[in-house]
Amino acid sequence: MKIKPLPPLTEALGMYEKVRLIRRYEERIYYLFLEGVMPGTIHQSHGQEACAVGMLNHLGVEDYMTSTHRPAGHCLAKGVDLNAMMAEMFAKTTGCCKAYGGAMHTGDLAVGAVPAIAIVGGGMPLAVGIGLSCKMRKTQNVVVCFFGDGASNEGAFHESLNAASIWDLPVVFACENNLYGASTPVGKVMKVLNVADRAAAYGMPGMIVDGNDVFAVQVAADEAVARARGGGGPTLVELKTYRIGGHSRNDACGYRPKEEAAKWLKREPVKIARERILETYPKAAAQLDDCDQRVEAQLDAAIAFAKASPDPKPEDGLKHVYFGGN
Amino acid sequence: MAKMSIAEALRSAIAEEMRRDERIFCIGEDIDIEGGFGGAFTVTLGLSKEFGHDRILDTPISEIMIAGAAVGAAMTGMRPIADVQYGDFLFCMMDQLVNQAAKMTYMSGGAVKVPMVMRAPIGATTRGAQHAQSLEGFFTKVPGLKVICPATAYDAKGMLKTAVRDDSPVLMFEHKLLYGSKGNRAEKDALSPIGEVPDEDYTIPFGEAVIRREGTDVTVVANLLMQYKALEAAKVLEAEGISVEVIDPRSLVPFDYAMVVKSIAKTSRLVIVEEDTKRNGWGAEVAATIAETAIYHLDAPIVRVATFDVPIPFAPIMENYVVPSAQRIADEIRALMKK
Ligand SMILES: Cc1ncc(C[n+]2csc(CCOP(=O)(O)OP(=O)(O)O)c2C)c(N)n1
Ligand SMILES: [Mg+2]
Repeated sequence: MKIKPLPPLTEALGMYEKVRLIRRYEERIYYLFLEGVMPGTIHQSHGQEACAVGMLNHLGVEDYMTSTHRPAGHCLAKGVDLNAMMAEMFAKTTGCCKAYGGAMHTGDLAVGAVPAIAIVGGGMPLAVGIGLSCKMRKTQNVVVCFFGDGASNEGAFHESLNAASIWDLPVVFACENNLYGASTPVGKVMKVLNVADRAAAYGMPGMIVDGNDVFAVQVAADEAVARARGGGGPTLVELKTYRIGGHSRNDACGYRPKEEAAKWLKREPVKIARERILETYPKAAAQLDDCDQRVEAQLDAAIAFAKASPDPKPEDGLKHVYFGGN
Repeated sequence: MAKMSIAEALRSAIAEEMRRDERIFCIGEDIDIEGGFGGAFTVTLGLSKEFGHDRILDTPISEIMIAGAAVGAAMTGMRPIADVQYGDFLFCMMDQLVNQAAKMTYMSGGAVKVPMVMRAPIGATTRGAQHAQSLEGFFTKVPGLKVICPATAYDAKGMLKTAVRDDSPVLMFEHKLLYGSKGNRAEKDALSPIGEVPDEDYTIPFGEAVIRREGTDVTVVANLLMQYKALEAAKVLEAEGISVEVIDPRSLVPFDYAMVVKSIAKTSRLVIVEEDTKRNGWGAEVAATIAETAIYHLDAPIVRVATFDVPIPFAPIMENYVVPSAQRIADEIRALMKK
């Protein structure tokens, strides 16, 4: 594919800042988690920031996104409030799910971020339903459905792609192929080389994209989203990427060859975004540094907000579903 | 005798059974990838060294296939031990477990046997609603399945062996906070009981409960983690002059009603504690059966202490509230003693 020119500087900087925000969000969460001030478990998205930002940067709030057990990047890129996300991690009432959901269910439907689904593949049929609803309600909206390489071996993947295809639904299936499903390397559980190869089975286009280059991802997303919006049906976009962290909380990644990790780290998304911006806009270094500083300030504020927020009351656990008092 | 955790006891049961019978194999996600986790709670860690990857079969993330492949292999001469990383994912397998595994022997007029074991970790551990459920009640409902829930290393090993040798499908629930998983897979706030396990081969028949603590005033039937919470409550109540008998049913289908009846004949009071939600749970079934068959032993209403009928919330403050605590169990027993 021919490399497309970068977007205008302001837009490019905005994208860089989001990539950087996701990176630093995850890094700071990691240390907060190790300190023991956060409950639960974490599945982090650093290394995959460009997938989230590139796929979602041009969407409107009325467009939808479904996410996975690894939702932070997707949610920040879709516009879920940073403070509310951080507060959710601390299990505070000001959290985006009011402390009911937790890390694995982060989201805010008000900005089109469907609360994340921690059942692998579980979000994919929902994306079909959301696409169907967008079409039935005659909106122009689309849904971007994130999932992993591992999820593409679930029955839900196959049923969902097929249905979205036969009904020409406005769904963009965005597979973040980070080469592993938990500890399992993708080559052990898939005979085809690319997840995108599976698109052919459902009569939809498959695209393979450098998932660590936010600008390349955005070019692919524009094409897939335009097709979906225009009634042309779904696309399977495969984003080749790599986790910087472990699968979950304290995972030493003993199953990943060191050289492989080192190779990918050289091509990590923050670095690539920075380099590409400087290539096109050589004088932007100071502006990039400003982005970094803004991100840090935002995160400081978010952590302070979360820590100062109130805890839920024990009995709040009985709200929101029919309980019956027994 | 050796001292071991439940994870270790399960691992040694699997290894001994696989040595004994080459039809036995393990199938599941991430169960023994080199450098990986050995299953979500380390039970199968290292087994591929001895048995190879043909018998310790790492799968794609495909729960329908895992359950169905276990059924198919079991029908045709193999004896699979399948697992899910979290019990919640059993719902992805529901057709294979409930329509296929549970019904095959019956539908074939007894001709087809399905000697498979399905292992599933359960319990609330601040991971939110989709990695937390206790699911016994869903499956005790299904004719054709046996449902067991060992809570000590001794029981885990002996009952897994019985399950592997049984010709019907057995669903084995294990509690995340009881495994004693180590290293990166260690669980925060785990109880991890270490128990004595005999060196020689042994099995534990299903349908035999055990008394974990003898008492005279009230009978508490509690499984998995709740058994330990009940024992904690019993200790507190002892100081207040209430003598609590704690029974671990160990298997839910079949269920040892005889032992419960014998106990309530002595205590005349019954409390059932489960981490599963209350409505239509296995506790409801036990309460109903005791009411049908042995209510004359009771001097007071049967009490069920269970998770409130809501999904499991994320915040620990709320989770600790909706799931039974030792304190809630003690409060319920105190109130019952006044009746
Ligand atoms: C139905 C189901 N099976 C298994 C799991 C446990 N699990 C959580 S994440 C994961 C790996 C997912 O791999 P992939 O889809 O590639 O996403 P990644 O973690 O790489 O982002 C597994 C096996 C789950 N949450 N849901
Ligand atoms: Mg993956």
